[in-house]
Amino acid sequence: MSLLECRCRLRYPSGFPLEADFVTDAAVTSLFGPSGSGKTSLLSVIAGLRRPQEGRIRLRDRVLFDSAAGRNLPPEQRRIGYVFQDHLLFPHLSVRRNLLYGWQRRPAGARVVPLERVVQVLELAEVLDRLPHTLSGGQRQRVALGRALLSGPELLLLDEPLASLDEALKHRVLDYVEQILKEWEIPTLYVTHDPLEVRRLAQWVIAVAHGKVQAVGNPEDVLRKGATDGTPIRPKN
Amino acid sequence: MAESFLGLTAQDWQAVARSVEVSAGAIVLSLPLGLGLGWLMARKNFAGKTLLETAINLPLVLPPVVTGYLLLVWFGKKGWIGSWLFRWFGLEIAFTWRAAVVAVAVLGFPLLVRAIRLAFQGIDPRLYQAARSLGAGPLDAFLTVSLPLARNGVIAGVVLAFARGLGEFGATLIFYGNPEQAPTLPLQFFNTWENQTGPGGEDRLWRLVLVSLVLACAALAGSEYLERQGQRRESA
Repeated sequence: MSLLECRCRLRYPSGFPLEADFVTDAAVTSLFGPSGSGKTSLLSVIAGLRRPQEGRIRLRDRVLFDSAAGRNLPPEQRRIGYVFQDHLLFPHLSVRRNLLYGWQRRPAGARVVPLERVVQVLELAEVLDRLPHTLSGGQRQRVALGRALLSGPELLLLDEPLASLDEALKHRVLDYVEQILKEWEIPTLYVTHDPLEVRRLAQWVIAVAHGKVQAVGNPEDVLRKGATDGTPIRPKN
Repeated sequence: MAESFLGLTAQDWQAVARSVEVSAGAIVLSLPLGLGLGWLMARKNFAGKTLLETAINLPLVLPPVVTGYLLLVWFGKKGWIGSWLFRWFGLEIAFTWRAAVVAVAVLGFPLLVRAIRLAFQGIDPRLYQAARSLGAGPLDAFLTVSLPLARNGVIAGVVLAFARGLGEFGATLIFYGNPEQAPTLPLQFFNTWENQTGPGGEDRLWRLVLVSLVLACAALAGSEYLERQGQRRESA
């Protein structure tokens, strides 16, 4: 059985359709494509924050959504760690309480990721008692990563984690991401429009454009077929 | 009647205390529903939303005496709500202290809901989604994320509705009546004005004006302060 199966159709109120049809088994799968292609919407659908019109989503042996069977797990039962592009840290809670928000809501036996280790790996010890608005962009990104990790997810969704950072910071945060993925081996969907990030992190690529999956394969094959500047990649006929 | 503190009679001060009590009771009564409706109005679209909004805002534009009369018709012993409450709970509303609380609650309700709605509208709805995704159920996410973030707006609405309640006259007069022994501050003012005979009558009236002014200003300043605090945190 594959790790993640996603077949769904979503129609926005504006009429723009999103069709996602893919299966992946890779530790890190990159959702790759230009902005506006529907990548973030797809993450919302998988996380259960947006309901597709029809389809089926399965994570390992758990069916998260199945329109035919009338099944739709609410987000709190999906065990998916979603790191939003703009972090969405809770502004009224300290870094520590942000980090522990999901952790506290897991049964004691299921808390596999220890707080101390996350704080150490992400170098957050000094900012634990601060409020999110006092943090730098890179720190916020790390808190968002740590918060998702500590919720004990079976799948991580990273939405352009480097997009809001400047060049120098990008490399550092990328190091953190890489270390997390290596240490905890949580399967990850990594959204990006940067081919460099795809090459560095992903073993499998799903190229999306115009709300449709255009190509699926290993990074070299998919990237060679398409342009590297983020223009849509044509499917092979 | 014996003169007492600050030149107001004991009955004057009792009226002030009664108005404060009634207003506080009205908040306790209306806040849970106000939170629910305010959140619903901020977050959801549904059939009949405009109709519901109109119904909530009606007391704002209806003459208070008309609202009071409608309350009397519905909550009176023969009214459809009043008869039901009396039969099942032995509760009498009209012409008891409960009537004063209900009248003040209904009249302040539009202000309360409006403030709460604006407070919720000022929060990124995706913070609630983030909480859900981290394992919080709908009520959990509401109580630990949405409500604390809306806190200042909610408090501002409470203060405003509370202050409005202190001055409620028209609906109270009809639904609660004007019991000689237990007037609210506005009723006491009205009675004093009607009977301002003899020396010092006008003085007492002015002292009641002063008390009302102080209460109103304090409430407005409090509401304003809280609103600004909320804005500061949002822009931070």
